[in-house]
Parts: sequence; C-alpha cells; structure tokens
Amino acid sequence: MRRSLLISAALPAVAALALAGCASEAETTTSSASPTPASSADCTAENLQTLNAGTLTIGTDKPAYPPYFEDDDPSNGKGFESAVAYAVADQLGFSQDQVTWVTVPFNKSYAPGAKDFDFDINQISITPKRQKAVDFSQGYYTVNQAVVALEDSPIANATSLQELQQAKLGAQVGTTSLDFITETIQPTQQPMVYNDTNDAKSALEAGQIDGIVVDLPTAYYVTAAEFDNAKIVGQFPAQEGGEEFGLLMAKGSPLVSCVNYALTNLKDSGELQQIQDEWLVGKDAPYFTE
Amino acid sequence: MTTPAEAPLEAPLIPYVDPQRHARGKRKARRDAVIASLSTVVVFAVLAFLVTATPGWDAVKETFFNWDEAVAAWPTLLTAFALNIKIFLIAEVCILILALVIALGRGLRAPVALPIRILCTVYVDFFRGVPTILVILLLGFGVPALQLKGVPNSPVIWGTVALILSYTAYVAEVYRAGIESIHPSQRAAARSLGLSSVQTTRYVVLPQAVRRVVPPLLNDFIALQKETALVSLLGPIEILRAAQISASANFNYTAYVVAALFFVAITLPLTRFTDWLQKRDTRRRMAGVR
Repeated sequence: MRRSLLISAALPAVAALALAGCASEAETTTSSASPTPASSADCTAENLQTLNAGTLTIGTDKPAYPPYFEDDDPSNGKGFESAVAYAVADQLGFSQDQVTWVTVPFNKSYAPGAKDFDFDINQISITPKRQKAVDFSQGYYTVNQAVVALEDSPIANATSLQELQQAKLGAQVGTTSLDFITETIQPTQQPMVYNDTNDAKSALEAGQIDGIVVDLPTAYYVTAAEFDNAKIVGQFPAQEGGEEFGLLMAKGSPLVSCVNYALTNLKDSGELQQIQDEWLVGKDAPYFTE
Repeated sequence: MTTPAEAPLEAPLIPYVDPQRHARGKRKARRDAVIASLSTVVVFAVLAFLVTATPGWDAVKETFFNWDEAVAAWPTLLTAFALNIKIFLIAEVCILILALVIALGRGLRAPVALPIRILCTVYVDFFRGVPTILVILLLGFGVPALQLKGVPNSPVIWGTVALILSYTAYVAEVYRAGIESIHPSQRAAARSLGLSSVQTTRYVVLPQAVRRVVPPLLNDFIALQKETALVSLLGPIEILRAAQISASANFNYTAYVVAALFFVAITLPLTRFTDWLQKRDTRRRMAGVR
C-alpha cells in the first residue's frame, strides 16, 4: 500500500520531469529565436518594424551565383534564393517593388553588430557558433548530398544507388559526405578520403576516382565555377538532421517570428518545395533512385 | 692447502680473485639490484600517482585511452595498417637497390662518367632538399593529371614512388659515406693482387662499407616506416587516415593512440635490432683495444 502510494505519487512527478526535458529539448532544436508564435495579423507590411518602413531590405553577396540567383541580379526573382526571398516577402505582404537588395559579403553577414538589411539570404548554414552573433530563421533548405563526376566517368549517367555502388568514390575526411558513402551508398570498393575538397577534386581530375560526394551547394559551385568537364550526376533526398540554410537577421531582430511564420506557411503550402524543385533539382541534379 | 700465491699455477686461465673481495662484490651486486628495482618501482609509482591524480586525468583517459573506442577501432586499423606495411616493404627493396646505384654513380672517377656523376649528384641534392610531402603531392596528383597513356594513376603506386625517390637520396648518401670510409689502402691492396676496379668494389670495398652502414640504414628505414602515413594524403585509407576517420566521428582520439602503438610495435624491434648491431659493430672494431 505504502509502496504503491509512493509510486503513484512519483509517477506524475517523473512524467512531468520527462515532459519538461522534452520541452526544453524541443526548444533548443528548433531555430534560435522564435519566442512568440506570430499570427498573420502581426506580420503585415504595415506592422513590421523593417529597416525602412514600407520596404523590405534583403541582403546577399555579389556576384550572386546560379542556381541561387540568375544573371547576377537578385531582383529578377530567378534562382532558388531569389525566389525564396520574394516568396517570404509576399507572405509578409510586401509586393515585388517594395523589396530592395543590398550587397553583403558572406563573411561579414554573420559578424556581430547592426545590419543594413532586414534579412540576408546567401546559403548561410545555421551553426551554434553563428547563432551567438546573429539570429536565424528556421531552415529554408536542408543541404542534400550529391555526386559529382567527370563527363567521361563510368558513373556519369548513373541514376540509381546500385550503379554508384560499383564506383570508386571520394570525399573529405570528417564530413557528412564521407559518412554518407560508407553508411548509405556502401560501395564495394573502399572510398578514397582526402584532407579537403580540393584534394578530392584533384583526384577526380586525375581520374583516380570515379566521383566525389559533396553537398549540393558545393556540387553546384564545383561544376559551375571550377570544372568545365564535370557534372552533377545526381543528388540524394534530404537526410534527417542535415545541415540547414537559414535567413540571417541581426541579433534580436523583431522580424524573426514573422519570417518564421512566413516560412512555415511556405512549407505547409508546398510552395517552398516547389521552388526548390524548380531551381535546385531539375535536369541538372536529378534525385537518385533507390 | 692452497695458498694465494699458488693459485695462478693451478688455474692459470682464471685470474686470481681474493675470496673476500669476491664476496664483497657479490653483496654489492645484490644490493645494487635491490636499490635499482626499488627506485624504479618508487619513481614509476609516484609518476603514475601524479598523472592519475591530476584534475584533468579523467578527461584525458576518456579522450585518449578509451578502452571501448580502442576495441572498436582496432580491426579497422589493423586492416589499414596492412597497406602501410605493403608500401614500406616494396619501397625498402627498391630503395636499397636504387640508392646503391646512385652511390656508386657518384663514386665513379673515370672522366667519361662525368655526366653520370653530375646526374647522381643533382638527384641527391634535389630530393634530399625537398620535403617528402611535397614530392608525394606532386607525383600523386600531378602525374596522373597528365593523363599519359600507359602511365598508372593509382595513388598508392605514386605515393610509393615518391617515398622511394625521397629516401633513395638519403640512403645513397649513407652508402657513399660507408664507401668513402674504407681506407684507400684496401683498394690499392686489392688492385695490386690483380683484381679489376669493378672486382675491387664488389669484393673488397662494398662488403666492408655495407657492414659499416647497416645501423644508419636501419635508422632510415624506421623513418620510412613512419612516413608511409603520408600516402594517406592521396586518398588511400591507411592507418593514419583510418584513425582520423574514427577520431572525427566522435571527437575521441583513442584511435590515434592505437595507431601510434601500431607504429611503435613495428619500429621497436627494428630499433632494438639497430642498437644491437651498433653494439656488436663497436665490439668488433674495438676488439683487442683496451
């Protein structure tokens, strides 16, 4: 009797503790600062405390590369990040001509201090270290792993995981990409491992490996800016817990909750996925089949 | 009754020792042994206590000497170490032969052989002066990038070639030192007996020279054994890379420590063997000298 009493008293307490644990965990895993759930009423162009009332100022680096931007012009709405930026602006009630763009060097974007933009969109990964200096929205893109190969590589036209298993693949040590090779692709040949992506690219160029696994943004950069005879063979669907790109705002920015509200809407309606499929998948980087 | 004076006559080969002095010597030896063991035990016990009593010891133990990690990493490291051994053995044989050729080439005195002497000297000067790591990167990524027909592009092959080129230069100099240490009278005597120049080198100079340089040669090979880890830069997963992958997966450095033990385990017998050879050599050369 006594024991059961004790247990019955203890159980709720334990449950409460466990719940508290869950709650605090959930808070830390979701993006840095989304304290109050915003509603559509708060998040309108009139109510938002933007840098310049009535306009939304968005930052990105120059030159702005494809597939994130097209023609080095963020304001044309073309390219993944340009499209995302305008979709967010639209959700917040800003029309296309109420958006102005400013140039923000990548390395300066996450430095502490006041910002001359409302938010910055420039493939900036959300990291705990950066979160100490700036605020991030929730992720608008989860970085996928992709395979890059030379055009005459045996796996240049691979479409499935199985075809990749026969290949000699390379990746940088200590990266998600390397884990991805050993755990997901599981090739029959031992992968080659390099100190950095540059060495991996050298080996690719020298024909020592059939392909390298890098994250998709790197894959785009490598094929667009560094090789003229390489292509993205394909990409893999997003993995749980992958690296995420977030919209960057000044520390303590009043916009964070509204930007998150906008992103949530875009995710729920499927518009964000649509934008991603349009600009980041397409014929240039098809998904591998199982 | 044996008097001390008679002892040498009865046993002429055993030098006479005063029995009292002999007993004293024995006692001293026993006492020395006891003191030596005691001091060793005490010093090591104090060291062990000091190390384990430091506040950071638990963290150190967890990060560097984690038994579970060691057990988990051990099989992978052993497999990877086979590559180091393979590279080492192949390189060692090639180096022994090539270096001798270079050393003999530098020793040629015939006027017609001047270009050979120049070539050998330039080779040694160059490869002794250039960091091994540079040669490895240069050959390992550089040569395959040329895409020459019939030239292998395997990183293991080029890594091994780079080690051979680099160490041949060192070992050639060791050989040369040995050859030049043979007194000219040896050569003169051999020639006066009717041996040709080649025969003199082959049967008189080289056997003495090589015996003399065995300890420094082994020294170079211990160094070579360690430098096989540099081939990892080119992508193959040898023991250092395998340890690095393990360490970067969970920020536990036990795998590095285990890899270090592998290297020690293989160099230690070689080191002791070198010590023993050096001692034997000294004993032989000093034979009869008091």
